[in-house]
Amino acid sequence: MSAREADQAGRPPQPDGKAVIAVSRLTKTYSTQAGPVPVLHGIDFTLREGEFAAVMGPSGSGKSTFMNILGCLDHLTGGRYELAGQDVEALDNDALASLRNRVIGFVFQGFNLLQRATLEDNVALPLVYAGVDRATRRQRARDMLAKVGLAKYAQSRPNQISGGQQQRVAIARALVNEPRLILADEPTGNLDSKTSDEVMDLFCALNDEGISIVLVTHELDIAQYARRLVRFHDGLLVEDTPVLNRSWHGVKP
Amino acid sequence: MNQRMIVPMLGEAWHAIGANRMRAFLTMLGMMIGVGAVVLMLAVGQGASAAVKRQIEAMGSHLFVVLAGSQQAGGARTGGGNATTLTSDDAYAIRELPGVTAAAPVVMGSYQLIFESNNWNTQVFGTTPDYLTARDWKIADGAGFDDSDVQAARRVAILGATTAKNLFGDASPVGQVLRIKNAPFTVIGVLAPKGQSLDGRDQDDTVMVPLNTAMRTLSGSRFRNAVRMIMVQAESDGAMAIVESGMKDLLRERHRLNGVDDDFFVSNLTAVANSAAETAKTMSLLLGAIASVSLLVGGIGIMNIMLVSVTERTREIGIRMAIGARQKDVMAQFMLEALMLSLTGGLIGVALGAGGAYAVQAIWQTAVEVTTQSIVLAFVVSAVIGLFFGFYPAWKAARLDPIEALRYQ
Repeated sequence: MSAREADQAGRPPQPDGKAVIAVSRLTKTYSTQAGPVPVLHGIDFTLREGEFAAVMGPSGSGKSTFMNILGCLDHLTGGRYELAGQDVEALDNDALASLRNRVIGFVFQGFNLLQRATLEDNVALPLVYAGVDRATRRQRARDMLAKVGLAKYAQSRPNQISGGQQQRVAIARALVNEPRLILADEPTGNLDSKTSDEVMDLFCALNDEGISIVLVTHELDIAQYARRLVRFHDGLLVEDTPVLNRSWHGVKP
Repeated sequence: MNQRMIVPMLGEAWHAIGANRMRAFLTMLGMMIGVGAVVLMLAVGQGASAAVKRQIEAMGSHLFVVLAGSQQAGGARTGGGNATTLTSDDAYAIRELPGVTAAAPVVMGSYQLIFESNNWNTQVFGTTPDYLTARDWKIADGAGFDDSDVQAARRVAILGATTAKNLFGDASPVGQVLRIKNAPFTVIGVLAPKGQSLDGRDQDDTVMVPLNTAMRTLSGSRFRNAVRMIMVQAESDGAMAIVESGMKDLLRERHRLNGVDDDFFVSNLTAVANSAAETAKTMSLLLGAIASVSLLVGGIGIMNIMLVSVTERTREIGIRMAIGARQKDVMAQFMLEALMLSLTGGLIGVALGAGGAYAVQAIWQTAVEVTTQSIVLAFVVSAVIGLFFGFYPAWKAARLDPIEALRYQ
């Protein structure tokens, strides 16, 4: 918490802080009827608190599989993955669900909001699974909607707002349980360039508050919002460089 | 899962059902018909059982009837009860057997009764006070006769409710004098109404007079002390077997039969009545069993619709898992939804079944009985059906792979 408070006071984030993600010699092989299909061939990757990494790579390079494993949605075949200091492979299904609930916030390409529910209920959904009481759920969901600038749409439904707004609701949902890490899988893939920029600005602002982010994208100009660029190719991490000319220069007016 | 999650989950289940109203209604219709049929059938069955039970209670319990055997005259045989071998002394002897609480000798005949300008033909019983004990028959007005009335052959009569009403209207007959077969009798009491017997006869259409009075004044039999039948009451169900064999041995001895065929019949009225009650119960169970088949069909309908729902909402399940729903949370959500369908259907079904039962009662004048038990049973069964048939779809949902589910289109 103190790191986050310090950031809000204007200090730069601390990329040399504690590791949120620590992956070593990670391999993943899918077993299919045609035999085993290796997808990841030994990945070493560390993401420290406050870092913002963009993952790029062609289709089939293994970046989606990598994200699924980072998100505790898929199991690894070999190597080791520690999330917030915990060895993920040692945890049972309920503990993994709890990690997804409290430590990670997901943002998807297709927004993945529940169409039947109001925006407020959508944002509050992770709090239901965290066992938070009703009054707190409402309050936190409204706070988060206000944070992404959609407070007045609390009682609307997803099909009543634009794609960019839906993605901001999805981000509010990802943030509602105060995660340390946001995993975003092509979050701008369904958006035009203007709304893409708005969504990326939001990610950058969150990062400045101290939340670590891993973002998968295939657009270089989107990747350049991040601080660090990671490239995958044929199941290997082939490049890991800082972003020199970032598209983000601080809080916009 | 804790109680903070139940309320939002209930809300979500409600919304999910509300999103497909027609489908939910059709699914619930299966449950409504099933539960409604069970409640209706149980009501009809239990109404019949209760009616039989009331008749048994009206008849009296642990009863035997001893009838005189048939008579043979020149090759022509009369029906049972016409022989003159059974006497009132037999009855008094049976009375002394262990386990017997009452033994009443009965003679009867149909006579014309006259009171002022009214007349009425009815069955007149000549008997002893034991008869009312055995039949558990109360006096509603006035008093019964006692043993001294029997000994002295006094001309007193107790009227059944129907007879009283036909001769005296609403006035009290006690103390009035009526004529039976032209002989004057003083009315000393009126019997409490008993209603129909098992065979549909009106038991209140009767008159009772002391045995000896009936024998001397009314039947005028050539055979002294011969009676038509003896009504015997055992003290309990357990004593009935002993009383029956004791009675037969006693009568064989008294009639000096020595291995010759019995000249009397003993029939166990309680056994007959119990078998009628058993029949009603079996009928009730059978109806209920047939109705439960439709309940089963309703349950399968729920399972079917829940499986469709799980498939349709695969992506939603993936989203929920990605944001932290545990397998048991997903499971609970779909179980709740199935439970809500079955219980709502069940609730409406109970109302339909109960309403139907009263409609049956109104239209066909059949006794029905909607018991709390059958309503609770219908509810519990709906819940069990919801849980049972909701389990597999919910389990399928909980076991989905989150990645596959998220990719599902």
